[in-house]
Amino acid sequence: MHRVSNIWYLGIKELRSLGHDAVLLGLVVFAFSYAIYSLATGISFELRNASVAIVDEDHSRLSNDIVAALLSPQFKTPEQIAFNDIDRRLDSGRDTFILNIPPKFQADVSAGRSPTVQVNADATAILQAGIGAGYIEQIVTDEVNKFYYGTDTQPDPPVALRLHITFNENLESSWFMGVAWLINIVTMLAIVLSGAAVIREREHGTLDHLLVMPLSPFEIAMAKVWANGLVIMIAAGLSLMIIVRGVLGLPAAGSLMLFQMSVMLYLFFATAMGILLGTVARSMPQFGLLFILVVLPMVLLSGGYTPLESMPRLLQIVMQAVPSTHFVKIAQAILFRGAGLDIIWPNLAVIVGVGGLLFVLALSRFRASISQAAG
Amino acid sequence: MNEPNGLAARLTDVTHRYGAVSALDNVTLDLPAGIIVGLIGPDGVGKSSLLGLIAGARKLQSGQATVLGGDISDARHRRAICPRVAYMPQGLGSNLYAELSVAENVDFFARLFDQAAAERAARIDELLLNTGLTEFRDRPARKLSGGMKQKLGLCCALIHDPDLLILDEPTTGVDPLSRRQFWELIDTMRARRPGMSVVVATAYMEEAERFDWLVAMDGGHVLAAGNASTLKARMGAATLEAAFVALLPETARAGYRAVDIPPRQSSPGAPAIVARGLTRRFDDFVAVDHIDLTIERGEIFGFLGSNGCGKTTTMKMLTGLLPATEGEALLFGHSIDAANIDMRRRVGYMSQSFSLYGELTVRQNMELHARLFQIPADRAKTRIAALVGDFHLAGLLDERSDRLPLGIRQRLSLAVAVIHEPEILILDEPTSGVDPIAREEFWALLADLSRNQGVTIFISTHFMNEAARCDRVALMHAGRILATAAPTELIRARGTVTLEEAFIAYLEEATDQARPAAERFAVKPEADIQAGSSKPDLAASVISGHMAVTAASLSPRRLIAYARCEMLQILRDPVRLAISFFGTALLMLIFGYGITFDVEHLTFAVLDRDQTPESRNYIEEFADTRYFDQRAPLADYAALDRGLKSGKLSFAVEIPPDFGRDVKRGTATEVSAWIDGAMPFRAETVQGYLNGVHLSYLTHLNLRMTGAQTRWQPAQVATRDRYNQDFKSIYAMVPSVIGLLLIFIPSILMALSIVREKELGSIVNLYVTPVSRLEFLLGKQLPYVGLAMVNYVSMVMLAVFLFQVPVKGSSLTLTLAALIYSIATTGLGLLVSAFTTTQVAALFGTAILTILPGLQFSGLIMPVSSLSGIAATIGYGFPTTYFLRISVGTFTKGLGFADLTGNLLKLAAFVPVLTVVSLLLLPKQDR
Repeated sequence: MHRVSNIWYLGIKELRSLGHDAVLLGLVVFAFSYAIYSLATGISFELRNASVAIVDEDHSRLSNDIVAALLSPQFKTPEQIAFNDIDRRLDSGRDTFILNIPPKFQADVSAGRSPTVQVNADATAILQAGIGAGYIEQIVTDEVNKFYYGTDTQPDPPVALRLHITFNENLESSWFMGVAWLINIVTMLAIVLSGAAVIREREHGTLDHLLVMPLSPFEIAMAKVWANGLVIMIAAGLSLMIIVRGVLGLPAAGSLMLFQMSVMLYLFFATAMGILLGTVARSMPQFGLLFILVVLPMVLLSGGYTPLESMPRLLQIVMQAVPSTHFVKIAQAILFRGAGLDIIWPNLAVIVGVGGLLFVLALSRFRASISQAAG
Repeated sequence: MNEPNGLAARLTDVTHRYGAVSALDNVTLDLPAGIIVGLIGPDGVGKSSLLGLIAGARKLQSGQATVLGGDISDARHRRAICPRVAYMPQGLGSNLYAELSVAENVDFFARLFDQAAAERAARIDELLLNTGLTEFRDRPARKLSGGMKQKLGLCCALIHDPDLLILDEPTTGVDPLSRRQFWELIDTMRARRPGMSVVVATAYMEEAERFDWLVAMDGGHVLAAGNASTLKARMGAATLEAAFVALLPETARAGYRAVDIPPRQSSPGAPAIVARGLTRRFDDFVAVDHIDLTIERGEIFGFLGSNGCGKTTTMKMLTGLLPATEGEALLFGHSIDAANIDMRRRVGYMSQSFSLYGELTVRQNMELHARLFQIPADRAKTRIAALVGDFHLAGLLDERSDRLPLGIRQRLSLAVAVIHEPEILILDEPTSGVDPIAREEFWALLADLSRNQGVTIFISTHFMNEAARCDRVALMHAGRILATAAPTELIRARGTVTLEEAFIAYLEEATDQARPAAERFAVKPEADIQAGSSKPDLAASVISGHMAVTAASLSPRRLIAYARCEMLQILRDPVRLAISFFGTALLMLIFGYGITFDVEHLTFAVLDRDQTPESRNYIEEFADTRYFDQRAPLADYAALDRGLKSGKLSFAVEIPPDFGRDVKRGTATEVSAWIDGAMPFRAETVQGYLNGVHLSYLTHLNLRMTGAQTRWQPAQVATRDRYNQDFKSIYAMVPSVIGLLLIFIPSILMALSIVREKELGSIVNLYVTPVSRLEFLLGKQLPYVGLAMVNYVSMVMLAVFLFQVPVKGSSLTLTLAALIYSIATTGLGLLVSAFTTTQVAALFGTAILTILPGLQFSGLIMPVSSLSGIAATIGYGFPTTYFLRISVGTFTKGLGFADLTGNLLKLAAFVPVLTVVSLLLLPKQDR
């Protein structure tokens, strides 16, 4: 009973301290609102404004039709260039695609000689080149078919393939990005707030003070977990409702309660991680470097930025032990696919397990970190 | 060297505020030249602000200040007199660099004053000899004792033969012997340079007696000025301290009475505190060396010694905060166990610095501690009420505790420390910096606790008059206890008049420094000394010499001074160095392999409602590519649904009933695929793959049905994937990761390195020495650019040899770009450091400013040309964008210098812009 009340009052103290740090609160608000909005809407995985140039050596009605079909918003208005310019423009990164329509193209199509349109793609722009090449192929084929058959499509094939996109029918990438960055910001802030809280207490000598009182490290750490966690949980909840659902329009498929509960458990892990780093680092610069070393992989490799399946096997296995990987899965499962607890519970178990382990580790380092500070 | 009117400085109507608090209130004061002027008064009365203004370290807000014959608010005058002024700020060695050795610190300052190598060497040798630091010349400053640090600070201040020496509390926290030596040293220096004016601030009244002229200050006002005997005579007081108290306004003196502590009644029972052979080591440093202590119950036991002699460490061991390396400590006969919660209820602890929660109010702090000690609510209420009465805190209950004056804060700290009615109180320098009246009040409280409530008090202090009141004192030096006895006994044992002299005698015996000062600090005749000061016309020579200093607008020597200093610090922080090297390599390794936009190993499963050879034909089309991994067939729609929902399947294929029959008959039929759209770009790619697989099935079907090789199409589209035929992410990602890591880590280290100077106080060297802002910034930047380039080379090695991504184009161009880019990214760190004041803010500011745009808008995912709106603006305004183009261009596209000139120029444009903006934002004076 004493424990609970100690944790409660220490946590209230933590909240009061946070409340006085206007700059930090400003940062939290900014990160969860404008930052997420601009990160989600500023970039699109759909093909947008791809720069494309044309070497038209045919100058026929068909070649003009093809050029005219490369429309905004997928493509910038294509520029007509000379054959010799192809390499230079690709080298400089000015164009991602250059179409080469050969001489007598229309005549050859009419004559059934099946001529070839060449598409040069800058394959260093991996994502855009991959997606864009498919688009261009489709557009050229459509235009040629229209010209040749007089309709949009070829005669019906014997077997058709009907593609259904589930969970995000229009492949709205701002939804994906919004959720991904929401998770990243939760991770970063939780580690930063709790870690800095430990370092601040140590630098100001208040940690000494707490440790000579009848308090256990468990109570001190737990208070930091719930207080910092609560602030981030509320901020994340508001951000999800107002920014991701309201402004970006994500139609959250699953239970928001379940999502908030998952956020809570994830915050237990993230704040424990922060406290551990706070006890390991001897100074703020060291904490800063450790922060980068830990947070960047969590942001980049947990499946919220690039697909997990394509990573090397070993790295995939390692990332399975990182709770953020599971949290990304949970968020996508609940928010996009409407999954329930029956599906996500194994992921939650990993988060709680690893969080608990880090928490215990942080506790064992608590006292040791004081002797370090004195040295 | 006296000024024409015999004044070193003249202040007229000077007011200085920090926010709403005014530190100096309309001060008008003349400081005579050529003598030692002392500013006396407790902490927070405006002494430091006054000295900072005279030194030019702080910006004059209102009023006029004339220093060495010119207006100090005029930047040209500041630049002109800067080589003639030396300023030693408050705090032990706060303007020194802890990681640098003694000689390196002095050398750093000599370079800031643009002295040539030979002159530097001669001056350093001479100064170290005079201060007795010669044998410690290679010891890092952080390992010096408080007294030695201050001597080193003095060396650094005297390196350029100043005419005006400004010392802000140079002896606070220093043991009495070092204090005496320090003043002897000042006398020596003054004997050598008779014209030198010295202005000193001090909180020790005993020390101030020896100054030529005194200014007593309180609450931002000058109470009185004159020499010590005049002040004493005027107030009719025997000591300066009494005179000072008498000078204070009536209201402040209310309640002041000299505390009289009744003699102690010896109490029965086991001693409260026992230490036997208590020892604590930090690595190779012995902080506490086999000490023995026995403190009786109810005793007031004093602990004397310089900062860093092990007092705090001993106290921390007694509270259980630090485990002892050797020996044992007993409280009430029980050995100390950090896990023993009950013992903690019997101990109250007050640490050296104010360690309550500043953002909480007085009441909140008391309530929090009462609750944490589990005092029942009703009892806590009466207890707090009683303490508020005893400690005179009524009326302050709802004040934020960090806004209270120091004396009241310390009273509150004590109230909090005794809230649970402990039997032992451990107080670590509770009265440092507190004014005499508040100190008396504090001691009255201690006397009551000890004599009336039987509390054992273990207290450390620097004030000899406080030590004299203790029942017994222990003298500590360099981790050992020199003597333990009642103060009167110590005095008798050494045959001295005061406790201070007794302490000095013990110290001299211990350190074998009993030689007379004259011998130790040999006074050298002026002619022996190097540099211009040997000429007869001292003033003229000094001025001409100093003019030479200011003439060069950008001095490579001063720039190198900072670069060298920063370099040494980096090299001596192995953790930082290790993380920045191995961390970079590790991240490169992880990201080079890990960040991939290749879409492979997509998991899928089939709901085959046909189960004929023809449907299996269709499924086989998926089987053997690296793109797909097939999972167990699905039984029904529910399974399909679950598979997709859980994210276990990226897509699912449904083959309709009668598929085989329909295909054979040529009846139109339709296969369905459900694609998980949660990750849009993966879904886009899957769509493409599925269309391709379907097409390939149709071709094979055609072949089986009609024998034709290909389905005829009116035209073909051939896509050539340029630069990266296999379409592997690694060729784009490895060069990009180099660009990302060259911004994240160097910019953060850069920003922290400057903000650290602000937080730790060494930034004052920028304010008061001739170093210009540009020299400071570039000097600090140089080592980090070097660090970034070393990282660059190691990352290129990893790319070429480990990832097998060769540099197809010009590696010289790439290296040039990396150099420019490193200057730009560290420049970004400079920019952040210019508008942040705390390390936390700098850390997060830089992290947000680099990570978000770096990952999202610099062309890593999507070409910047495809961004729009604010994203495009950020993308084009960010250096990473251009470096990624150059890096990918030289690595993968095989480009050379001529192809990349445009991007190089754009990248280069960031350097002057960032430097100029940082320069404009960095003030040359403090507020």
